[in-house]
Amino acid sequence: MPIHEKSLIRPENLTTHDELVLDGVDVSGHWSTFIESRVVNDYNEAMEDEIAALPGGEYIHRCWQCGSCTNSCTVHAINPDFNPRFWIYLIRMGMESELLRDKDIIWQCVSCNKCTYACPRDVVPEGVMKATAHWLEMKGHTPKSPSMHFDEVFTEQIVATGKIEESRTIRRFFKRTSQGLMQPWMVEMVKRMLKHLPIGMLTRMGLATLVAPRTSNWSNAASAIQEYIDEQHAEQEKALSLPELIDAAQKDAAA
Amino acid sequence: MTTKDKYKKVAYYPGCALEGTGHAYNRSTKAIGKELGLELVEVENWNCCGAMEVKNIDPKIQTYLSSRVMSVAANEMDMDVVMAPCNGCYHNLKKAEYDLANDADSAQVVDRLSKKAGHKTYESGQVETIHALDWIKDTIGEDGLRERVKNSLSGIKIANYYGCMYTRPRHIFPEKDSGPGSESTSKPHFMDDLLEAAGAENVDFPLKTACCGGAHTLSDSDTSTKLVLNILKTAKLAGADVIATECPTCHTGLEMHQIRAEKTLGEKVDIKILYFTQLLGMALGLKPKKVGVHENISDSMRFLKEKGLA
Ligand code: SF4
Ligand code: SF4
Ligand code: SF4
Ligand code: SF4
Repeated sequence: MPIHEKSLIRPENLTTHDELVLDGVDVSGHWSTFIESRVVNDYNEAMEDEIAALPGGEYIHRCWQCGSCTNSCTVHAINPDFNPRFWIYLIRMGMESELLRDKDIIWQCVSCNKCTYACPRDVVPEGVMKATAHWLEMKGHTPKSPSMHFDEVFTEQIVATGKIEESRTIRRFFKRTSQGLMQPWMVEMVKRMLKHLPIGMLTRMGLATLVAPRTSNWSNAASAIQEYIDEQHAEQEKALSLPELIDAAQKDAAA
Repeated sequence: MTTKDKYKKVAYYPGCALEGTGHAYNRSTKAIGKELGLELVEVENWNCCGAMEVKNIDPKIQTYLSSRVMSVAANEMDMDVVMAPCNGCYHNLKKAEYDLANDADSAQVVDRLSKKAGHKTYESGQVETIHALDWIKDTIGEDGLRERVKNSLSGIKIANYYGCMYTRPRHIFPEKDSGPGSESTSKPHFMDDLLEAAGAENVDFPLKTACCGGAHTLSDSDTSTKLVLNILKTAKLAGADVIATECPTCHTGLEMHQIRAEKTLGEKVDIKILYFTQLLGMALGLKPKKVGVHENISDSMRFLKEKGLA
């Protein structure tokens, strides 16, 4: 199609007919390319409120679509499809099916907060990205992202011991995401690390893996945090009407 | 008390990374503290500040974790300044401070969790959190450093890399944009100032506060590698021999993905990566081993020898 707007139209909405005559006029071929009109009729009115109910999404309603977030975004610079301003628009309009087209990349936000720095309305777009990624997972639109697995492994370790021991976190993360630990670049990195480390240091690192560091008298804090996390999860699920959904599904199955 | 005196003895919060991959930063921070006569008292029985990961699960838990560290410093050790060399820790403590002062919900959750955990609730304002850069800048300063330099860093071209968490989001660091002499959130310069005082030549580096993709260093490695490669190449183009860092996560991210770029993309960028504390330590006459150069993944020994620092 020789018009610059082509980039704005999705390929599946373009049709060129090999042989078509309408009212006696031949409209076949390239010069008579049709653009199918797009009808949006599946607005999800609850979507904005649901995302606003998740941590980070609180200020989505303030957005006035200036585009500063997308302009400043680290990930947008390497992937033009990563577009926080556009997603905020879709969420606020309730255009769920449009948002779902990008569902597999939203979690890739690197939390650099350049958007937060640039936003004139204190929307905290970084938080909105996290809330949206959570929403997609909670609603079952996407599987748990590798990043979510990492956050969970990390948080579990802190709740349990109060501290992070990196090699253990890394091993657990690789296991949970079914990745091999022996990736060539990892092997190379460890090789270079070992080259210069004195034996004493190696022993120290080995000991850190065996006797993982922990904060003492941590158990009360641990149970208080876990209790809070569970409580928050239950509330978030309620905000997303998940319990009702599960209830309805169970009734449906029983009937 | 002037700022100078107040920072001479501070509660030291190394954080988890400084006990693992960032050990060289821990070693060099302690070493220059000792050399400069500054006292570091480690926060007793500290816990992790929650990093980015806990914030993603629940921001208020991260606020609580950071507040516990400050509570120990204030209530159990009677300290009024906490110094954190890790950008992540520094950022999180600052953020917790901000949230506790401005958000009643956060304060309530922190109070509830602190009571259940069995320690005093941290009240906003009890301590001031500073970064290792503030610590050196405000106690010794450029003039003080100039007097103490034994091995000038002259002939070394440096790109100073501050990363994201040291300046963003700006509302948690109100003191940073407070006029002449203060740090700036758009163009931070404390590390530049200190290294220049030690004799180094700073190159004009536009990516000082660019992001290295540290959040997904393992969960989306290709993105991190691209971002790091961009930082390394830009520093090289700007004429730098060394990238100076002030955060264990940024530092390790650069080192890891320098190797990964080489192995997966065949892109080799020859640039050294050193903590600013290592560079300052060597300028003060400390041997590379004393500041943990052997603990870095990237090898800079030959370069340091050429420059007369080793
Ligand atoms: S910068 Fe803020 S106001 Fe502007 S589009 Fe992004 S979120 Fe909306
Ligand atoms: S925090 Fe996320 S959305 Fe915001 S600029 Fe960084 S990568 Fe983009
Ligand atoms: S930011 Fe990183 S180093 Fe600092 S306490 Fe948290 S996990 Fe540990
Ligand atoms: S530059 Fe990288 S490691 Fe440093 S703060 Fe930003 S994301 Fe984290």
